[in-house]
Formats: sequence, structure tokens, C-alpha cells
Amino acid sequence: MRRISWFNATSLTLGFAFLYMPMVILVVYSFNESKLVTVWAGFSTKWYGELFRNEAFLDAAWVTIRVAVVSSTLATILGTAAAYVLVRGGRFFGKTLFSGMIYAPLVMPDVILGLSLLLLFIAVGLDRGMLTIILAHTTFSMCYVAVVVSSRLVSFDRSLEEAALDLGCTPFDAFRSVTLPIIAPAVISGWLLGFTLSLDDLVIASFTSGPSSTTLPIKIFSAVRLGVSPEINALSSILIGLVTIGVISFSITTKRAAVRRRLEENAT
Amino acid sequence: MKRIALILLPYSWLVALFLVPFLIVIKISLSDIALAIPPYTPNLDLSAGWQGFKDFISQLDFDNFVFLTTDDLYWKAYLSSLRIAVVSTLITLLVAYPIAYGMARAPEEWRPTLMMLVILPFWSSFLIRVYSWKAILANEGLLNQLLIAIGVIDEPLLILNTPTAVYIGIVYTYLPFMVLPLYSTLEKLDASLLEAAEDLGCTRFQAFWLVTFPLSRNGIIAGCFLVFIPVMGEFVIPALLGGSQTLMIGKVLWEEFFSNRDWPVASAVAVILLALLVIPIVLFQRNEEKQREAEG
Repeated sequence: MRRISWFNATSLTLGFAFLYMPMVILVVYSFNESKLVTVWAGFSTKWYGELFRNEAFLDAAWVTIRVAVVSSTLATILGTAAAYVLVRGGRFFGKTLFSGMIYAPLVMPDVILGLSLLLLFIAVGLDRGMLTIILAHTTFSMCYVAVVVSSRLVSFDRSLEEAALDLGCTPFDAFRSVTLPIIAPAVISGWLLGFTLSLDDLVIASFTSGPSSTTLPIKIFSAVRLGVSPEINALSSILIGLVTIGVISFSITTKRAAVRRRLEENAT
Repeated sequence: MKRIALILLPYSWLVALFLVPFLIVIKISLSDIALAIPPYTPNLDLSAGWQGFKDFISQLDFDNFVFLTTDDLYWKAYLSSLRIAVVSTLITLLVAYPIAYGMARAPEEWRPTLMMLVILPFWSSFLIRVYSWKAILANEGLLNQLLIAIGVIDEPLLILNTPTAVYIGIVYTYLPFMVLPLYSTLEKLDASLLEAAEDLGCTRFQAFWLVTFPLSRNGIIAGCFLVFIPVMGEFVIPALLGGSQTLMIGKVLWEEFFSNRDWPVASAVAVILLALLVIPIVLFQRNEEKQREAEG
């Protein structure tokens, strides 16, 4: 085994310290007794209690979760279709425009996406609320799903699909029984990506939400704009904890699946 | 038949919710502000047919764009966004390169874990990660407490609500976007090339500079675009960490829309921002497609 050099060890340690230190501090100070976030006054879980009694936050959290589930599901269907068309669809009219529309939202500043969608909703007379946030989130999430799924589609052996077709499958059957199981990990990560992007989005939601449909990031933003609040620290810690559990368990399950597949391949 | 349906479904969704909204933004940027709902004129009256369309076109003008050139707030905001985006992209590259390099040279069984450690912050909330710096950088914050305690400074440094805080926030939140593409090119790099360079008399640094660095070009390009383009229109970081003295165009657009309620000017700001970003976005897309073809 090659040993890690002194230089590389230092850069990794410093790099990861930089990445994690602010979040660790945030979590530690969420257990602070004092209202002043920068002064330690002893251990307490009172801010978590306050948080769960705060109806406005709970309502916003519920709106956010519903928006995220619906929009990431829609985005997964549309994005997978888009990826399939992009990679397997052959040539068709306006393909360059199509792939441009897939890649552009990935890097487009949120303020532009949000403004343009809001102006569209007003132009067609759609009242702003949960529906408009869902439409907006589906639009940018489907592009992420399309990119994740298409990279998986590019890398897998096309002859498997062709074999299924030769053996008498309809194209749809071939997709369902051959292609879909193979790209399933990418489809699932696409869904998760869409879900987190939707949970996280402040700017686009601010443009497209109505007064009755405040999402959690909008609530957090208006609370922290002026200063630091221990209640927000508690909320942030819960969110960080959920994401950490989610990412770790997802990576363990995919790793297990990969190991199992390798064992099966070796056995045959 | 099914193929056409499969193409049409995502295609028409993107046309309706991505392309058409842009045309509307362009249209409104050419309209005038009005005390009405929606607060601009003219509206395209489709029932009036061709005459209505001609009337509509004749009422559009470039007044908003002229207005943007007369008020130096906008010029300064575009230039300062450009400067912040360029400088912070370079700093992010300098910070990310050693991390990505260390990951690519780490023992193979560590790499998936290191990879997960880089991705984890990327999955947690952007807003929360920016917010976490507020408590650190404030005047009575932890960084100043630490520096005073170890005797480096006597007076607290003013960092929060200055451009410095914005740079820190950008480098911090965009770091994974730079590390991941760099890592994926560095990992594929053939180690025997470095050995060959050293056998031929290069020092380690020369080998890095003449072999590793040029070969990681694709990752550098992809990472820089992934940081530069979104930072140009960044709103959350300057709003939370920059205070009133950091001018960025994303924040100007936001305020023009939500505080001044001047939709035509907000749209004109968006059109110019997009025009500035078209070239990097197209280059980024070319780069991505080239890489996809190379892999496929």
C-alpha cells in the first residue's frame, strides 16, 4: 500500500476542517443556553423545544416537504424521459435546443429563473401558491435528473437492450425489464437530488410563492437576515442531521448492492 | 408514435417553463413601468390580430436599457459582480486543487469515504451553510474571540458585512463544485507519467507543473465554469454576509423587483446579466458534451 505523503495529508486535513468546522460550530451552539449565539452559557435543549412549539415553522416545513416530494417525482419522470431521448433518441428536430435547455438551468443564476417563471405565471394568470412552486421546482430539478440519468445511460452496454428487442420484447418492455433496472440507481439519486434541491431553494421559491405558501427556506431567510438566532441553529442542526443520515445510508446501500452484484457476477 | 410522445413530453415542458418565460422577460424589459397590475405596459392583445401585434411592437423601446447606462449603480454592480466572481473562482481553485489532489493520491480504499465527505456539505442546505458563517465572522464572533484570545489582534476585525465575508462565503459554499470535477480528472491520471517525468530528471514540482497540471485542464475548466456562472448572479451570499456595501447584480435585481417593484428595470437587469453569461454557459455546455462524447 502506498503511504499518503505529508503534503497531501495536510491539505486533506485542512480542507475538510474548513468544510466541516462551520457546521460543527452551528450544531454545538444550537445546544447553547444563552440567546446570544456567540457566548457559551451552558448546555440546553430549550431551543429545540421552542422550535417545535413554533407553528409558523412547522407549517412552512410541511409545505416544503409536500412541494419537494411532488416536484422531485414529476422531475424524475420528465428528466428520465429527457435523458432517454437525449442519449437513445437519435436525431430529431431541435435536438441542440433541447440539450441546451437541459444544461442551461444547471448553471443559470436562480434570480433569472425565478424572475422569468414569476412573469410567466402572471402572464397566464396563474395564482401564486404551492402549484407554482411545484412547477418551478420540477423545471430545474428535471434538468439535474436528466444529467445524472444520461451519464448512466451513456456508460451502459446498449447490446443488452438490443438483445431484449431481438428476443421479441416491445421497446417499452425492453425499457422496463432491461434498461430501468440498470439505470435505477441513477434514477433514485436523481430523485434524491431533486428532493434536496427543492428543500433547499430560497430564491426561486421566493419569486414563485404566494402569501399562503411560505416554504422553510423563505422563513429561515427572513429570520436570519438581521442576525443570528438560536432557534434557527436548532432547526439547521436537525436538517444537517437528516441529510447526514440520508447520505450515509444511501451510500451504504448502494455500496452493498455493488458488492452483491460483484459476488453474483463472480459466482456465475 | 411513442417515440414522439416521449420526446414531446420533456421538450414541451421545457419550452413552456424555460424558453417562453425568457421571451416574456425580454418583452417586459422593453416595456414601460405603469401603475397597474401587472405593473407594466403594453400588453399583447391577441384578439386585435395583426394590428394589435403591430401596436404592441411599436410601443416597445429600449428606455430601460438606456436607463441602466445612465445610473452608475448598475454599472458598478455588474463590474463588482464580475470582479467578485473572477477572484472567488480563482481562490476556490487554489483551495480546491490541493484537496482534490490529496484525494486522488489517497489510498484507494479511502477514496469513496473522502468523496462522500466532499458531497455531504453539497447535499445540506446552501442557506444554512452561508448562515453558519454569520456567527463566526461577526464582530463579537468566534473568529475574533479566538484571535484576541491568542493575542494576534487587540481590536475585533471587521469582517462580517464586508466583501471579505462574501469571498469566504463563496469559496466555502462552492468548494465541492470545484473539488469534484478536479478529482475526477486527477484520479484518472496515469501515475506512470509522473514516474517517467521524474526518471527524466524533473523535480517533483516540475513534474507536477509540466505533467499533472496540464492534464487536469478539463477538470479545471469544468470547475471554474461551475463556480463562476452561478456566482455572477448570486443573491443569498451577498444578502446574508455582504451587508450594504457589497454590490452584486443578483441583489440589485432582487431589490429592483421586490422593493422598488420596477418590473421592467428588473427584467432589463436580468437580460443584461444573461447576455454576459451566454458565452460562459455555451462554452460550459460544449465542454460537457465533449466530455460526454469522449466517455461514451
